[in-house]
Amino acid sequence: MTARPQDAPVLEIRGICKTFPGVRALDEVSFNVGKGEVHAIVGENGAGKSTLMKVLAGLHAPDGGKLVYNGQEQSFTSPLDARLKGILLVHQELSLSPELSVAENIYLGAWPTNRVGVLRKKKLHEDARAALQALGSDINPMTRVGELSIARQQMVEIARAQAFNANVVIFDEPTASLADTEKAQLFKTILELKERGRSILYISHKMDEIFAITDRITVLRDGKYQGTETTAETDIDKITRMMIGRDLDAYFHRAKSAPGAEVLRVEKMCSSDFSDVSLSVHAGEVLGLYGLIGAGRSEVAESLFGMRQIRSGTLYWHGEETPFPKPRQAIEMGISLVPESRKEQGLVLGMNGRENTTLPHLSAYAQAGVMVHSREMQTYREYVDLLDIRTSGPDQLVATLSGGNQQKFVLAKWLCGHPKLIILDEPTRGIDIGSKSAIHKFIAGLAEQGLAVIVISSEMPEILGVSHRVAVMSEGKIVAEFTGADQTEENLIAAVSERRNVEAPEEGSAERPPVDARAVMGGQG
Amino acid sequence: MTAMLGASRSSAHLPRVTNWLLRNHIWIFLAIAIALFSFASPFFLTLNNLGNVLTQAAFIGILAIGMTMVMINGEIDLSVGATLALANALAIGLQGVIGVWPAVFCGLLAGAGLGFLNGSIIVLSGMHSFVVTLGALIGIRGLVFVYTGENALMVEDFSYTEYADISWGPLSLTALIFLGLALFFQWILAWTRHGREAYSVGDNINAAFDAGINIKRHKIINFTICGALAAVAGILLSMRLGTAEPNAGKIWELWTIIAVVLGGTRLQGGFGNMWMTIGGVLTLAVLRNGLRLLNTPNYVELMVMGAFLILALLLDRFISLRMAK
Repeated sequence: MTARPQDAPVLEIRGICKTFPGVRALDEVSFNVGKGEVHAIVGENGAGKSTLMKVLAGLHAPDGGKLVYNGQEQSFTSPLDARLKGILLVHQELSLSPELSVAENIYLGAWPTNRVGVLRKKKLHEDARAALQALGSDINPMTRVGELSIARQQMVEIARAQAFNANVVIFDEPTASLADTEKAQLFKTILELKERGRSILYISHKMDEIFAITDRITVLRDGKYQGTETTAETDIDKITRMMIGRDLDAYFHRAKSAPGAEVLRVEKMCSSDFSDVSLSVHAGEVLGLYGLIGAGRSEVAESLFGMRQIRSGTLYWHGEETPFPKPRQAIEMGISLVPESRKEQGLVLGMNGRENTTLPHLSAYAQAGVMVHSREMQTYREYVDLLDIRTSGPDQLVATLSGGNQQKFVLAKWLCGHPKLIILDEPTRGIDIGSKSAIHKFIAGLAEQGLAVIVISSEMPEILGVSHRVAVMSEGKIVAEFTGADQTEENLIAAVSERRNVEAPEEGSAERPPVDARAVMGGQG
Repeated sequence: MTAMLGASRSSAHLPRVTNWLLRNHIWIFLAIAIALFSFASPFFLTLNNLGNVLTQAAFIGILAIGMTMVMINGEIDLSVGATLALANALAIGLQGVIGVWPAVFCGLLAGAGLGFLNGSIIVLSGMHSFVVTLGALIGIRGLVFVYTGENALMVEDFSYTEYADISWGPLSLTALIFLGLALFFQWILAWTRHGREAYSVGDNINAAFDAGINIKRHKIINFTICGALAAVAGILLSMRLGTAEPNAGKIWELWTIIAVVLGGTRLQGGFGNMWMTIGGVLTLAVLRNGLRLLNTPNYVELMVMGAFLILALLLDRFISLRMAK
């Protein structure tokens, strides 16, 4: 596991600076990366990680400082230049052409051709197959990339490292959209690359991953280098302190309110994505919905908000049987859904913050169909203050805001309708620890004000930290529900894996989590 | 594409033939249209008539080849009809001055040059090709009117029009050139670096940029090809008609776009090929020819064709939604 980074630094970063209008994104950053080392770069959002990666991959030219690569000073003129010299970036949003084949994508832009530009397809396919096999992948190089799963598409990008014989491979949040088994496969591949003497730069927010696979950790804060730690000799608390520059006294916040009257209950809700889902949530309560990606959590949330077709089931709203709503009716009833992808579902990027905030409630801000500006501005100001949104003014387009501030506008948009039930789907995805903590505190505050809250998350510490009660979903079913002392990491893992291997022998029944959701419904507290 | 590549683009769960038909479903439409008209009119399914259909299809067809290249890039060229008219006018108008072949060459050069200009303005300014080529459409048409003096130009030496009569069995020279060009550009798309670049640029432009593809140069080349092919169509038209109307090729850009989209090439780019485009062009031509043989009044013909196009595209959408599942 431990490399000898002092032996031969493959890449030395010496005093790199990069300034964008108004922002010093990188300020004299220096560190080095050894041969065969997995090196994590961590920092809060806006700390400069992405900028640093883009400088290394040839997308940005630095304003100052030096890159010493294999003992020689280098400057990369383009991503292709960096790639040909042996530095490859595996993008978070994959850099592939879905309509081209796997082989064509691996060699994108550098296809083997004869002198007049006719493709040598046989060589292309053979080389691609060799690169994939070297990494232990069985992907057919002739398959169209659009037909592959995200994990396999990522593998295609990683195969470029083999194909171009890259010495340094940079991973930018590679596990953001992978399921657990796929993550394990990715880590295996990363270790495979390391075995072959390649160096890995690994950017992630996820501390468990970083501590699992990296040799050293470099921390950035506000564009400045904070230090490099050997992973085996440090711990999460120390890294976190370096990242935020202070102690995180309370990382998670659970609402102190006691659950009140039932707000929503569904029984035996079925659709094409899930079956027999029964759950309830009470005023002042945070219900966690845990499960792996693809378990059907988001689909349940979208169904409660009326975005999906329901086959059967009953819905009780404040104890009364109510037909499943359409989104407009859901908004009127007081259900809000803060969706998983803020850019695709949460915000209209071409509108400003004020317009986004009032969008679902326009009739409340209009007189005979004409917008009343003053009312809109009042709401806007109220929520900018409440949520501490950093913006240059009501006319700033949300597309130009940072991820954290965008997320706050999504919250503002759904809160200003004064909902009774708010569903938050992965509210902290891609957000740094500091902002995460603020959002957790905020969720607790909502429950304390008497709202019913459903939080969907793939991060176990988060779901355990904020919820009064956790329902676990797996393969379209609710498989378990936990409260109080039963709400532990071990139980959640057991609930998820049990469903996955139905044939597996049962563990001692005393330790088995309660499987019937309603059996524990009364016993929360 | 699949036919040329073996089965490299097939979905794993479908048999090769089914998959090819789903991706090239325009050929099913074409077969149905041919079957229907064969029953409805005794004149339709004759060698002579089918040869005519192909010749009539060839002009839109040659425009559609260039349009397919540009559209796979995710761009569009609305100026092809006007460029065709300009090449047509130059080929005839300059004959008396500089001779037949130099005049033809000038027509070609004008087409390629205007395509190059379109492409350069688009990639250097970053404006959308829809806007730039819309301007070009109007401007070039104006140029044609100025050059022709608002009158139809006549060819002086009628032996020029005899080239149009060259044929190989039922296939006219025009039709042969169309098919030859279509096959050539299909080969370019499937087998050359330029072809791979075309899909890559249209499909994911960021990935193409990261991969070091010279996107600007690539797009300029395709606009130049598109302009040059429009000129080829214009010159073939001048041989066929022997005259150059300033209004020649009016709204042909729309028929061209319809033929390409009907074939299945994606307006947003990244997907399409010449087999699809040939299918789209032929379907359009068969429809038109069949309706004429049935003595459909001119405006009713337009109504029927409009309705058919929307139906065909609806079905296309339905099929692609089913395939996505």
